[in-house]
Amino acid sequence: MIQILLGQVGEYKKVSLLTPLFTALEVFMEVLIPFATSAIIDQGIQAGDMGKICFYGAIMLVMAFLSLLFGVLAGRFAAEASSGFACNLRESMFENIQTFSFSNIDKFSTAGLVTRMTTDVTNMQNAYQMMMRIAVRAPLTFLCSMVMCLVISARLSLIFLVAILFLGVCLFLIMSKATKLFSQVFHKYDDLNASVQENVSAIRVVKAFVREDYEKNKFAAAAENIYRLFVKAEGRLTLNNPVMMLVVYGCMIALSWFGAHFIVVGDLTTGQLTSMFSYVMSMLMSLMMLSMVFVMITMSSASGRRIAEVLTEKADLTNPADPVLEIADGSIDFNHVSFAYKHGGSGEETLHDIDLHIRSGETVGIIGGTGCGKSSLVNLISRLYDTTSGQVLVGGKDVRSYDMEMLRSQVAVVLQKNVLFSGTILDNLRWGKEDATLEECQEACRQACADEFIERFPDKYDTWIEQGGSNVSGGQKQRLCIARALLKKPKVLILDDSTSAVDTATDARIRAAFAKKIPGTTKLIIAQRISSVKDADRILVLENGQVNAFDTHENLLKTNPIYQEIYETQQQGSGDFDQPAPDTGKESA
Amino acid sequence: MERTNRIPAGSGRNFGRGGQRASFKEMCQMLKRVLRYMTENYKWSFIAVVLCIFGSSLATRRGTLFMQTLIDDYIVPLTQAASPDYGPLARVLAVMACIFGAGILCSFAYTRIMVNVSQGTMKRLRTELFSHMQSLPVRYFDTHSHGDIMSVYTNDVDTLRQLISQSIPQVINAAITLVTTLVSLIILDIPLTIVCLFMVGLMAFSTSRLSGRSGMYFSRQQKDLGAVNGYIEEMMDGQKVVKVFCHEEKSLEQFKALNRQLRDSACNANKFANIMMPLNANLGNICYVLCAVIGAILALGGYSGLTLGGLVSFLMLCKSFTQPVTQLSQQMNSIVMATAGAERIFQMMDEAPEEDNGYVELVNAKVNADGSLTETKERTGLWAWRHPHSADGTVTYTKLEGDVTFNDVDFGYNDDKIVLHNIKLFATPGQKIAFVGSTGAGKTTITNLINRFYDIQDGKIRYDGININKIKKPDLRRSLGIVLQDTHLFTGTVMDNIRYGRLDATDEECIAAAKLANAHGFIKRLPDGYDTMLTGDGSNLSQGQRQLLAIARAAVADPPVLILDEATSSIDTRTEKLVQEGMDRLMKGRTTFVIAHRLSTVKNSDCIMVLEQGRIIERGNHEQLMEEKGKYYQLYTGNAIEAS
Repeated sequence: MIQILLGQVGEYKKVSLLTPLFTALEVFMEVLIPFATSAIIDQGIQAGDMGKICFYGAIMLVMAFLSLLFGVLAGRFAAEASSGFACNLRESMFENIQTFSFSNIDKFSTAGLVTRMTTDVTNMQNAYQMMMRIAVRAPLTFLCSMVMCLVISARLSLIFLVAILFLGVCLFLIMSKATKLFSQVFHKYDDLNASVQENVSAIRVVKAFVREDYEKNKFAAAAENIYRLFVKAEGRLTLNNPVMMLVVYGCMIALSWFGAHFIVVGDLTTGQLTSMFSYVMSMLMSLMMLSMVFVMITMSSASGRRIAEVLTEKADLTNPADPVLEIADGSIDFNHVSFAYKHGGSGEETLHDIDLHIRSGETVGIIGGTGCGKSSLVNLISRLYDTTSGQVLVGGKDVRSYDMEMLRSQVAVVLQKNVLFSGTILDNLRWGKEDATLEECQEACRQACADEFIERFPDKYDTWIEQGGSNVSGGQKQRLCIARALLKKPKVLILDDSTSAVDTATDARIRAAFAKKIPGTTKLIIAQRISSVKDADRILVLENGQVNAFDTHENLLKTNPIYQEIYETQQQGSGDFDQPAPDTGKESA
Repeated sequence: MERTNRIPAGSGRNFGRGGQRASFKEMCQMLKRVLRYMTENYKWSFIAVVLCIFGSSLATRRGTLFMQTLIDDYIVPLTQAASPDYGPLARVLAVMACIFGAGILCSFAYTRIMVNVSQGTMKRLRTELFSHMQSLPVRYFDTHSHGDIMSVYTNDVDTLRQLISQSIPQVINAAITLVTTLVSLIILDIPLTIVCLFMVGLMAFSTSRLSGRSGMYFSRQQKDLGAVNGYIEEMMDGQKVVKVFCHEEKSLEQFKALNRQLRDSACNANKFANIMMPLNANLGNICYVLCAVIGAILALGGYSGLTLGGLVSFLMLCKSFTQPVTQLSQQMNSIVMATAGAERIFQMMDEAPEEDNGYVELVNAKVNADGSLTETKERTGLWAWRHPHSADGTVTYTKLEGDVTFNDVDFGYNDDKIVLHNIKLFATPGQKIAFVGSTGAGKTTITNLINRFYDIQDGKIRYDGININKIKKPDLRRSLGIVLQDTHLFTGTVMDNIRYGRLDATDEECIAAAKLANAHGFIKRLPDGYDTMLTGDGSNLSQGQRQLLAIARAAVADPPVLILDEATSSIDTRTEKLVQEGMDRLMKGRTTFVIAHRLSTVKNSDCIMVLEQGRIIERGNHEQLMEEKGKYYQLYTGNAIEAS
């Protein structure tokens, strides 16, 4: 994992190396400065020698300026390296995600991918910057100070050894317990936020049932729980400071006692003793910092792992070595196809042994209950997923032999959960064809019956669509999505329940336009309403992932019990009476 | 200690917010408010904290000064003595050990107390924030993006936690150190103190300049981060569409541009922040040299009363004088960020809660022998409105029946834009009123008025003859059942979710409600039946199953008046049938307002209101309206020209 992440440093390797280098130089200066300060006192002031004071003062000034310079440079490079690192992480993830197949996306879930690219990257950026500087500074300060102490008096340094061992063990005990508690706290914290989220989006329900007090009590209990855990975790951490002080003060007293003896014997000068005092301080400070690094690493390692997962994920659909670049016609064949989702599903087969043959230019309706595999079936045609067994052929060739990009531009799918992107209507339409002219777009919109409402917008085709298309109604969104797909001029057009929010009359007009304008295109229409499919050449009835019947409306009505039942209920009047309410984008956001 | 420039996680939500830096004065006011909020409940603890910090800082100060006394008064005499007597040294070290011990105790005490204070304050803040949020009108939630509301809980509360638990104690500590050191410095020598102060002023100046610059870059970074996060969210959400349209390269290109921009602003922001510490530390070093040279000149020349020993002490103190300034400068940025967060938190806290001037209550009632109603404590299944009359002090009881009238009601979400005009309708108990009309005609809006999610601009709505403005909102809402178009479920078991309708319902009552709603069948098939846990808004259930649960939830509440917003989302035909049956059973015997999407619902209604652009254009039952051959006829026969 660390290797993968470090690989992302890329062009920022140089600054990433310069940072510790300059930090090291800065540390050297910092270590040397106490030398100058003690020299000023010992040789200058104590001796009353103005010349020495100026001399060491000048040296110290130079060192201070150098230290400043190194510090500024280190800070600069650290900023550059860490923000560059974060930039690369985001970019590589984004790039890799673009190669993901549907099944890869299912594995991580949309929300999972968003967190990885936002929060986790930010965590890594902070950790990287901190590690580049502290991870160098702390051990180096420690080492330098240790060396200085050893130079001054090896025997006195033994005191530190004991102190450091004691401190190290204490810090380890405190920290390891605290990090465990903290991860517990953060987990609970997430739960708490999730419940707030739930309340915000369901506020109408809460208010309608007058459950404000009930929710308040529930929340208060959860907050109390978090409070207890937090106090426990942080209480653990508060031991840090006293332990640290205990060691520092202990060292000072021991140093004073033994130091006095040494001085009396003549093994040590008073100036040296003063220096040792300041070194002991910096040594212990660096240990403290190290323990911080330890916490930082444990906290960010989860983020790092999750980022690495995305980076190493291999797209499970790849282009064939020698892809076919043209599709002969719009015929579709399923040869004994079975399919199971790899992620998110129960592992059971969604489709069993589908054997279907659709002629080029045919219009096929697909009907069946929720979860019977309608969407799964059509997703195999444009190779959004690969079959578990069996073969899907388009234009007489296996879909796996085609170039994926070409296949998907020729087999246009209007997904069930479709989205528009922030941008103008025209921008959105041109997703289908990048260089489409306004006339082409208008023509596509006419076919999708979208022109009638677009023309009524004040800005017409330049109307700005908000993120997720929240400023157009559900039916309008669906029609725009259809128009977008039509612009591809595909050989196969698949509508996955894409007119559910469009009123019946408009729905019929769209289908009529298809029949007239794109007769050569094979059309697959998934729908809940019988009215949407009854004019189709043939209708496929799916039941539990299997083909139940595949025939015309009239024949099905005579022979197929499932189709009859659906028809009966809809005749009794359970179809959509009018258009649905506006897409409540805000509430569901 | 190395500073970290934490970027609050998920701040993409903050896009566009907090871009402006608050003025210094506003920031101080905000800080004052935070402090007041914190000390309200923890006055004594807080005083103890300040005292302990004081004690611990004194011990540290004593430690720094001890060095010189140690050498001058103990070690030097020892070296000069013929037979060294370590007794006095041992004694003074013992005294020091006691002082240090006290210092450690103080330090432990204040950090420990501070944990309770800060976490206690956070707990209080969270609960109060949540309670207050619950009391806010629906309008607040309709006009604020849910992401922004959530960000207050996730980001802003978190930055405030850091402020309270870390920044505030550090600032107090630094301030106390600063003051005690300054006093010692002044006692030692005044001219040198002025030199020192000059340098500190320089440090403060450079810090404020730098933090100003870095603050500017930080807000730019926040903005860019918001843009990048927003783009990521949008693209991840539409990733499948991106794939279908082979739009990968283009979206990567766009992302790269945004991402690079963020990198540059992040680099700048961090650069300035990173420079702060070495700059201050070395200004401190320079200050040291200046003091040494000037002090030596003063002491050697005998210009002031400064002795050499005094100068040494002064120089020692000088180091610890500049340290707290460095510390304070380190805290600056997090303080700025936290005050911005605090501002948003208090903004929400200051939001006016839903007003309720009602005084008519809903009570359990029983019928007296003479047919009049009296109030009773037990649940009789019979409800009455308790209506006190302030004029003569009498109380009257009106039976809850579910008679609702709208009298020339005008309504607009804003005063200047009326969306419903002159709505007039009468629903007698048990009647079913259906609203039909095209998107945006105002169907959903009407249902927001009966339960007073929104208040009307003009006209009157009466419930059992009582103006609904006079009824206490909780009581009014208790008497209304509601099934919304988007079903929202809560984390908890299926049973908990049904019981949400009436908290004291028994298991049997809940199951009976589930049976009525046709939900019993699928619940039985769930792995743990009624004890199955639902998470994430019931995402483990299908759309239809969620609707069935929502119906059961309304059924258990057993209200006399129902508001139904029929869902349009495509559910498969079989579940659809179950939902429809459940709805029909629920509606039986209740006054129902239904926003209808199903022909059967409409046909069975006693009265159908056809809405168009906020006005009722046709009314009557199915047969009457069909005869009229108006808008309803068009809708029904499917010849409607879409009017959205």
